[in-house]
Amino acid sequence: MYKLLLCWRYLRTRWIALASVISVTLGVATMIVVNAVMAGFSNEMQTRIHGILSDLVFESHSLSGFQDPVWHMEEIERAAGDQIEGMTPTVAVPAMFSFQVRGQWVTRQVMFIGIDPATHAQVSDFGQYLQHPANREQLSFDLREGGYDTTDSQSPTEQPTRPALEHAGWPHRRMRVERERLWKERQAAQVDAGPSRSVNQQVDAVLAATTPPPQDASPPPSAEPAAAGETVAGDGEPPATTPRQNPFQAARPEQGHVMDPAKEQFTGIVPGIGLASFRTRDGIDQFLTLPGDDVKITFPTAGTPPKAVSDTFTIVDFYESKMSEYDSNFVFVPIDALQRMRGMIDPQTGIPSVNSIQIKLKPGADLAAVRDQLRKVFPADLYAIASWRDKQGPLLSAVDMEMAVLNILLFLIIAVAGFGILAIFFMIVVEKTRDIGILKALGATSAGIAGIFLGYGLFLGLVGAGAGLALGLGITWNINQIRQAVEWCTGARVFDPSIYYFFQIPTIVDPVTIGWIIVGAVAIAIGSSVLPAVRAARLHAVEALRHE
Amino acid sequence: MSNLSGSPRNPAMLETRQIRKRYRSGNTMLEVLRGVDFRLDPGGFVAVVGQSGSGKSTLLHLMGLLDAPDAGEVWLDGQRIDSLPARERDRLRNTAIGMVFQAYHLLPELTALENVLTPLLIRHGFSDWFRRRRAARQEAEELLDRFGLSGRLQHRPRQLSGGEMQRVAIARALITHPRVLLADEPTGNLDEESGAGIIDALSELNREKGLSIVLVTHDADIASQARSIVRLTAGKVETVATDPAGSAA
Repeated sequence: MYKLLLCWRYLRTRWIALASVISVTLGVATMIVVNAVMAGFSNEMQTRIHGILSDLVFESHSLSGFQDPVWHMEEIERAAGDQIEGMTPTVAVPAMFSFQVRGQWVTRQVMFIGIDPATHAQVSDFGQYLQHPANREQLSFDLREGGYDTTDSQSPTEQPTRPALEHAGWPHRRMRVERERLWKERQAAQVDAGPSRSVNQQVDAVLAATTPPPQDASPPPSAEPAAAGETVAGDGEPPATTPRQNPFQAARPEQGHVMDPAKEQFTGIVPGIGLASFRTRDGIDQFLTLPGDDVKITFPTAGTPPKAVSDTFTIVDFYESKMSEYDSNFVFVPIDALQRMRGMIDPQTGIPSVNSIQIKLKPGADLAAVRDQLRKVFPADLYAIASWRDKQGPLLSAVDMEMAVLNILLFLIIAVAGFGILAIFFMIVVEKTRDIGILKALGATSAGIAGIFLGYGLFLGLVGAGAGLALGLGITWNINQIRQAVEWCTGARVFDPSIYYFFQIPTIVDPVTIGWIIVGAVAIAIGSSVLPAVRAARLHAVEALRHE
Repeated sequence: MSNLSGSPRNPAMLETRQIRKRYRSGNTMLEVLRGVDFRLDPGGFVAVVGQSGSGKSTLLHLMGLLDAPDAGEVWLDGQRIDSLPARERDRLRNTAIGMVFQAYHLLPELTALENVLTPLLIRHGFSDWFRRRRAARQEAEELLDRFGLSGRLQHRPRQLSGGEMQRVAIARALITHPRVLLADEPTGNLDEESGAGIIDALSELNREKGLSIVLVTHDADIASQARSIVRLTAGKVETVATDPAGSAA
């Protein structure tokens, strides 16, 4: 009992010992914050990776794919049906993605992925990452009549960060077509009668009428003439080589139909948002092209050797997984259109081929077990079966490694604090030598004397870890406010959304991790009080009593 | 040296037989006690006198089990105690032997009342203490009250005078109901008046409660208050005087 009383009294009268505990507090707080932020980032990343990759990916080794996805899905169902929640076929090919910015063609290398709009959302979080609320409900490859989000739907902000999307969709398309028509007229007028002021005025008037006030990502009129010639191309037809001046005049007798770009669209595609936009330092997304614009995509056919074919598509939405690797690389298209264009449908039987089947498992199913089960059924020389973790294995293990190393380094901070406690405890033992002698004279055992100092170490560890816990959680829960305050004070950008794609620093507080941190900190505090405690216990009673 | 206390009466309360103690001081060994036979009868009050360095404090420490003799035996109430295991000796210190020191040796962080309770706090574990704390506290308050310290219960040692501190120390020694009280120069740091008060208190305890007391002092006047005096010279018992003149008064 005297141990508790003395521990308590020493705690209240020895402030120097509390100073040694500040480093424990800081160490614990740092570990909690760093772990929470890293877990937040890691989780965010895994969610992104997993969001686009389904649980299991069943792939062909060949770009041409394998025939008859329905039969394959039935076989998969038979092999591991009780664990499978949903499946969807996909076709993925490398492709060239070309779009116009201010009259210049910009071409990028992409992965062109055919998906089944009806079932794809069942196997991955794909749907959640789209920019139109209705598309998030059910993806449609038809262009929408406006209504695209002007803020990031996944981390909403008060101020619109994507003002350009306000007019995206059919309004943008109609405006663009109207502008092209006017340019066409002006060119015709120039040919007929030279530059005419009245036409200029007319163009200005139309521009004023069609241009949305603040933002306009579509090319300005001065750069338009080159674009006017190439806007329209037939579905499934090679790009037009002769400039078509006016959509109303450009008859396409081979289809018996006049395409009106103001009212009709080409096959819809959903490119990653990173392909079409960039983020400025103040967190505003600038778009190079918008839903409603037409782009050209060149991709290989399924034959041998593959031939490059290209076609025109209409952007209907953007895809934003916040994994820049995906957002700047993937373009989604309806699978049947891609199969038709690549010649993946058998002309005799009408049976299509696919590259891969995405499989979603039921909650709680064992990823690796199902994968191995399928690997037994399907020969490895024909099919590659991998889980999403396998596919991103190096990245995930690198992140885990990084976290482990960081934790070890941070724990060393607390270990350093342990040496501080050791030194201060030795000091206190020397200072308290006479009291130790008194206690021994009154019958305290050596174990009891050691217990005082071990208990004192425990108290200090608990106080330090408790304060560290409060501080760490306080920082973690307010980290974005703290970030803003630091940014306000220093004027420097601490967390640049153009780099991270998040507007908020993500944090996850894991009680188990915190438990371990606290146990570790308290253990270090007790551990470093062992030597002083043993020294105190071994003091000779008479010598201790004589100590001045 | 033979048993100077004479005939083999009932067993002594505290007895040492031929104890020796040496201390190393630098390169030389200093022999402090060279075979001391000492006897305290039950209810006795012995003053040990001698010059500084004569070994009287060492003798007291050996009898109080704070130190172990190099040779010889220490007996308490018919039981040899110097050879007991450490835990048993700790227990005896806590229950059978009360000690009072020249420098009071109170714990500065605790109040007067808590200092008095310290031996009981040491004796009892957490749950035991909570069962007994009321009774213990009451007894400690009574003891302090007896020594005129009822107004000083919550004072820290540094807020007390020397005499008050020594009375707190005696109360602390008595709370365990010891069989023997060992006092090491209890008046050494006190003025004459306070010192006399302390000695009076000890005499009273001896007379009224029959408490066996060993009092170490270098002051002949104080020693004369005891019932018998043992003089130590150069590590040996030189003379024993029973019932000195002063005690009769």
